[in-house]
Amino acid sequence: MSAIPVSWYLALSGVLFGLGVVAFVFKRNIITIFMAIELMLNAVNLAFVAFSRAHSASGQVALDGQVFVFFVIVVAAAEAAVGLAIVLALAHTRQSLNVDRVNLLKF
Amino acid sequence: MPILDHLWIILLLPLLGAAANGLIGIWLKERWPKSAVNACAVGSVAASFLCVCEAVREFAALPASQIPVVGNYFNWMLAGPFRVDFALQVDQLTVVMLLVVTGVGLLVHIFSVGYMDHDPGYPRFFSYLNLFVFFMLTLVLGANLLVTFVGWEGVGLCSYLLIGFWFLKKSAADAGKKAFITTRIGDMGFTVGILLTFFTFGTLSYGEIFDKLTAANTPVENHFGVITTICLLLFAGAVGKSAQLPLYVWLPDAMEGPTPVSALIHAATMVTAGVYIVARMNPLFSRSPIAMLVVAIVGAVTAFYAATIGMAQTDIKKVLAYSTISQLGYMFLACGVGAYSAGIFHLMTHAFFKGLLFLAAGSVIHAMGGEQDMLKMGGLWKKIPVTAWTMLIATLAIAGIPPFAGFFSKDEILWAAYSGPYANKALWALGFSAALLTSFYMFRLVFLTFFGQQRYDEHHVHVHESPWIMLGPLCVLAFLSTVGGWFAAPALWGGQNYFDDFLKPTFASAAALAPVVVEPPHSLEIYFAAFAVTAGLIGLAIAWWLYLGDPDRPKRLAKNLGALYKLVYGKYFVDEIYAALIVKPLLWISTNILWHVVDEGMIDGAVNGTADVAQLAGGEARRIQSGNARSYATWVIIGAVGFTALLLGIMGMRH
Amino acid sequence: MIVPLIVFFACALLAVVGAVLLILAHEPIHSALSLVLVMVALAILYLLLGAPFVAAIQILVYAGAIMVLFVFVIMLLNAGVEERTDWSKIGKWVGLPLGFLLLLEIAHWLYHSEPGTAIANGGGAPPAASTFALSTAIFRQYLFPFEATSILILIAILGALVLARKDQ
Repeated sequence: MSAIPVSWYLALSGVLFGLGVVAFVFKRNIITIFMAIELMLNAVNLAFVAFSRAHSASGQVALDGQVFVFFVIVVAAAEAAVGLAIVLALAHTRQSLNVDRVNLLKF
Repeated sequence: MPILDHLWIILLLPLLGAAANGLIGIWLKERWPKSAVNACAVGSVAASFLCVCEAVREFAALPASQIPVVGNYFNWMLAGPFRVDFALQVDQLTVVMLLVVTGVGLLVHIFSVGYMDHDPGYPRFFSYLNLFVFFMLTLVLGANLLVTFVGWEGVGLCSYLLIGFWFLKKSAADAGKKAFITTRIGDMGFTVGILLTFFTFGTLSYGEIFDKLTAANTPVENHFGVITTICLLLFAGAVGKSAQLPLYVWLPDAMEGPTPVSALIHAATMVTAGVYIVARMNPLFSRSPIAMLVVAIVGAVTAFYAATIGMAQTDIKKVLAYSTISQLGYMFLACGVGAYSAGIFHLMTHAFFKGLLFLAAGSVIHAMGGEQDMLKMGGLWKKIPVTAWTMLIATLAIAGIPPFAGFFSKDEILWAAYSGPYANKALWALGFSAALLTSFYMFRLVFLTFFGQQRYDEHHVHVHESPWIMLGPLCVLAFLSTVGGWFAAPALWGGQNYFDDFLKPTFASAAALAPVVVEPPHSLEIYFAAFAVTAGLIGLAIAWWLYLGDPDRPKRLAKNLGALYKLVYGKYFVDEIYAALIVKPLLWISTNILWHVVDEGMIDGAVNGTADVAQLAGGEARRIQSGNARSYATWVIIGAVGFTALLLGIMGMRH
Repeated sequence: MIVPLIVFFACALLAVVGAVLLILAHEPIHSALSLVLVMVALAILYLLLGAPFVAAIQILVYAGAIMVLFVFVIMLLNAGVEERTDWSKIGKWVGLPLGFLLLLEIAHWLYHSEPGTAIANGGGAPPAASTFALSTAIFRQYLFPFEATSILILIAILGALVLARKDQ
């Protein structure tokens, strides 16, 4: 049985997070940016679960990471709901989903 | 209660009077009745005078070992080796000064009750006058240079306040400023002198300085050393305060103030502060022949110079002002030739007759309804007899006619200049000429004012004698001008000069250090005195010829003298020279350098510049707030990257 | 033995491809579907890591509810091709290099933080976390965060309701 080192999962998590950042900076649609945020959260969840596995000794499972993931998913759901509600309101007001149009706070 | 143990009472009484009138009187305004003002003002000075009399009585009973009486009331400053106490002292010199200040001060206060009767600033006037008496007493009673200096500056302040009493008149306000600023120049020298004194002696107390000098057996300093410098610096202050060359220019302008002020401050007391300080520091001065020579020269030259200007002035008070400058020159001449007690004697008699002259002039001005130009007076003798007679007595005194007071004092000075230990024939000649001129212009004043044709319009000017509250002090001073010199009288016929004897202990060290000269025979002194009287009579005769004869004679003489007359009449244009040489450049520097460059450029520039920098920085910094969410996001990422790098670095270091 | 390895690489590849597609897609709906792909891949990875409950939750909640919400919103707003605006200069020039930099940093960090402790499925490996154990942990140790999160959801519901309402 070849074991997959935890560090590989962590590397994957890092890569996904980085891609999420790039998407966050480069995409112009608000909803797409939101999705990038969700991608970043997912990457983090992966890291949590990997750590949880890493801290488990045989026979004893360390559950803290997974519990954390549980809460992260819940909060991500709440955040998505509220965020999309904001997006809806924004779309009604600005008649556009382009984040560059949301610039009323310019000096 | 022994006053000598509580000398501060003498100081406190006029101060309380000043505070009462100044604070309550100004607060209550019209509801503070004139009787209350008078009670506070005149009462406090009278009480102070009575305390002084009591103190003199106790002083007279003291044995010589207990003199000077020093009262050390509290420690004022203590900074390492520098210790100054608020200490007052009384010795013979102080006694003379105290009697003059409180006595003549009281008479001037009584006179002012009548003179300032119609003035709206009545309580303010008396508050300032009382404050002046307080400061003058501080000056005189001070036991160290710093307490004296407090009084010195305080009388300067009161002089400014009183000269500019009618401050709504621009010339009066300007005169006040001129007086203060000009004396300030002298005060600067005085301050440096005080510093140098402390630096040299380690103390500022008179007693301790003099003790150190005698203990160290300090010899006479024939070169320009420390003692000479101290003396010259202190004398610089005296030059300013006592209106000698070249800082005399403020005194004629000071005549803008009310006449009682001129009488008290600019004749009898404040201007004599310079003479007082020179006399007080006589152990130092007598150890420095160079300083004494400077004092004598300045005194003699000023005496002559001011007398020449006084000859051509037409304002009655200005003539008296120049006369004061001239007489102060005499006092300094006396101190410069080592005759300190003669100088103080002349100070006392001068207070009497010059105070009388000013008060009588005030009476004349009051009678003439405010007119001060002598050319518009004349023929007043029968109309205001009391004023006229008292003024005549004072003029006889100042001209040096026996048996009036001025003769004895002036004669003593001239005799010391001619044949004393530090005699200088050239200075004597100047003093003698000045005496002649003094007699001339003073009698000129009397003749122009009281005799001759009536040069005013009777319908416009209603000449009336002053009320008795004003004439009373005139009579008292006239009496003093007559008998005031008789202390020294017995010396004439081989007896003792009581005044000199009284002051001998104060000037003992000066006498000890004086070079020994052969005493000329007594008969020479008598001839000399007669010679001096002759000078006075010659002056009288010339004035008689010019002003009681043909009325056009003075005008023809003036025309014949042409440019010379114009020069003298224009006071040698010294004010104009000062204005061009000193005032104008200073104003230029103030405006162009200090105002534009330093104030507007540097200080405003720094403050405004800081604001500008803040504004610029803000202006640039706000560009981050682009409103663009993606750039915000990018900034967040930049922060995250940086933070991560930091953490990596820290963690890497820990491994 | 090599099965977990193959599964790992396949899922990792799928996840990365999904993420790249998310970036490259022109239309938001395509991005949403790519994200679903990523999530499914991650769920399989969770299974591999011995977290079955988390994997199920990932599919049910994340892919099943949240992404459906996203798709509904996209359809509601008729989000089409986004216009090309280019108003963030700093985003354009700094963003991409920064993203990669961050990526590298995190990867490096995570890589070196745990000295590749070999775990996997198989002998010596700890058993998968059972749902029972997980729920015990949640309702005992982490009760307070659980309750707090419930309130958070409540607030989120209220907030979403208020925000999305049309002004009457």
